[in-house]
Amino acid sequence: MAALLPALNLTLALALSAVVVLLIGESPARALLVLATGAFGNAEAVGYTLYYATNFVFTGLAVAVAFHAGLFNIGAEGQAYLGGLGVALLCLGAGAWPTGLVIPAAIVVAAAAGAAWAFVPAWLQARRGSHVVITTIMFNFIASALMTYLLVNVLIKPGQQSPETREFDPNTWLPQLHDVLRWLGWEIGRSPLNLSSLFALAAGALVWFYLWHTRWGYELRALGHSETAAVYGGISPARTVIVAMSISGALAGLMSLNEVMGVQHRLLLNMPGGAGFVGIAVALMGRNHPVGIVLAAVLFGALSQGGSELSFDMPKLTRDMVVVIQGLIILVCGAFEHALRRPLEAVLRRPAVAGPALRTDPREA
Amino acid sequence: MIAEALLILALLADATARGAAPLVLAALGGLFAERSGVVDIALEGKMLAAAFAAAATAAVTGSAWVGLSAGIAASILLALVHGFACVTHAGNQVVSGMALNITVSGLTVVLGYAWFQEGGQTPLLGADARFGPIELPGAAALTPVPGLGLIYGEVVSGHNVLVYLAAAAVPIVAWLVYRTRFGLRLRAVGESPGAVDTAGVSVAATRYQALTVSGVLCGVSGAYLSIAHHASFIRDMSAGKGYLALAALIFGQWRPAPTLGACLLFAFADALQVRLQGTPLPVVGVVPVQLIQAIPYVLTVGLLAGFVGRAVAPRAIGVPYLKER
Repeated sequence: MAALLPALNLTLALALSAVVVLLIGESPARALLVLATGAFGNAEAVGYTLYYATNFVFTGLAVAVAFHAGLFNIGAEGQAYLGGLGVALLCLGAGAWPTGLVIPAAIVVAAAAGAAWAFVPAWLQARRGSHVVITTIMFNFIASALMTYLLVNVLIKPGQQSPETREFDPNTWLPQLHDVLRWLGWEIGRSPLNLSSLFALAAGALVWFYLWHTRWGYELRALGHSETAAVYGGISPARTVIVAMSISGALAGLMSLNEVMGVQHRLLLNMPGGAGFVGIAVALMGRNHPVGIVLAAVLFGALSQGGSELSFDMPKLTRDMVVVIQGLIILVCGAFEHALRRPLEAVLRRPAVAGPALRTDPREA
Repeated sequence: MIAEALLILALLADATARGAAPLVLAALGGLFAERSGVVDIALEGKMLAAAFAAAATAAVTGSAWVGLSAGIAASILLALVHGFACVTHAGNQVVSGMALNITVSGLTVVLGYAWFQEGGQTPLLGADARFGPIELPGAAALTPVPGLGLIYGEVVSGHNVLVYLAAAAVPIVAWLVYRTRFGLRLRAVGESPGAVDTAGVSVAATRYQALTVSGVLCGVSGAYLSIAHHASFIRDMSAGKGYLALAALIFGQWRPAPTLGACLLFAFADALQVRLQGTPLPVVGVVPVQLIQAIPYVLTVGLLAGFVGRAVAPRAIGVPYLKER
């Protein structure tokens, strides 16, 4: 059941996407083949796929942690953006620091900046009853306005047109994975893959441990299942909501390690590039479990990487086809989850383990 | 000096009306959906889909009205998918809305690129294929009259038909929601679906009707963007206006007249920002554009937090109605 349902969902989403490809007058089978070879065809392609996947592991975990507490964090995009601001400010100022000091400092700063941006909606939800769905959407727009202002007016490299910071000093760059592995005597192709991919896996393990093997994780999940039961058990919903959203924001903020510190080595406009929204699809597809999220992130990484190849090979299909597939996967896995699950359960005759009950009332006190 | 200030004010009011029209239409659409108890984050996606469908159809047929119909049809289709997920299958309404928004943001570009080969845009529309400004009777005659001529000629007259439609929609929606049987059922379904069900009225049917009306209004709103305000579809041209409309709806406490007020406020802030760009103000100096753009969102968060009034949502909003319970 745990593997069958996502597989069925993916098939359905791809089938719907195939209809779109047919509408354009191209062959869906060929598109899928180009997509797959583009994503996994050679070592370099795999590297790019995993680089994209790294972003999605972070944002997917972010959305999932909030999901487990019954909260829908649509604000991962903004939280990742603010995380990027933190990392950029640190790297701009840490030109003389040893790399070994910059990396742990950057992890702390990225997580803290993301958590801070999530804290405000969390606090407003917990203490003032304003629902996080709406406030996190608003915070995405506020983050975007703030960052545009900062990049255009404050952080921009003097004498340059495009709104981006200057390049950081090389001592603040995250080591590339191919350099690390060459040092260990293992040659792999050049790719933007860097140390943050390992951080992403570690974050997944930590989230797993936190959610299922600590008291706080239990409290968080208890709140997600039933608020009344949680209160009866002596769990403070307000505190748990704030903690869950802060962790969620911190995970989203960590995404910037890969993008800002690992690849671009500068802060660009619209840095998260939609990864916060892909995180929703990744969490839904991965059924809010770290293992599922890593697998789903690789799938979406493959879509992102394969999508660029798609536009080269089949000029009628643009990269945006990938966005369509992402949207359809969210639709099938998320919105129509009951529509597929119930008949499937009837066929398999086995009760499914109940997931967290999302607080569906968006402005509930 | 006074004449100049008057002219600036008139131009500001004119720009506010043009900017508020799509917000009003979409927000009123959202009013129906949300009053019936269905969260409508998909306003953005419905607008964008309608903008594309309207521009594409108008480009092919050369008729603005056929384009408008196509926009409305596309928007209704999305509303029905939303209903099928949330009403029939009790799916999560926020997830469904996000899914539709994301799908549409990709789909419009993919189809536009494949069909028109102009980088995701639709061909530039000629005068017949879009809604042009309408000169109201007497505008020319009143021009020499100081004050009145300016207000009538610049602010009231000279808009396209969809702006007047948006203005007319506010009282019509208020009448529908507060003075008709449909409106009573709509509000009841959003507050207490169980009671409505007991009275023998179908909750699902009422919610589908509400979503369809939302589809129609968002369709007009989207068409306004591409075949009235602009002359073609541009990728992501709704640019967050659907979310802004949602914010206006919440800011207007789910009521037609205050929602209109919120839309006018947000549109005025935008018009002011365009006019003020780079102009230093007394005391504060040059106000950054981005700061003014963020105002609606900050205001809405403030309202939701109870710092600016209090937002009381329909009671059953977001909760799928299950008959067996």
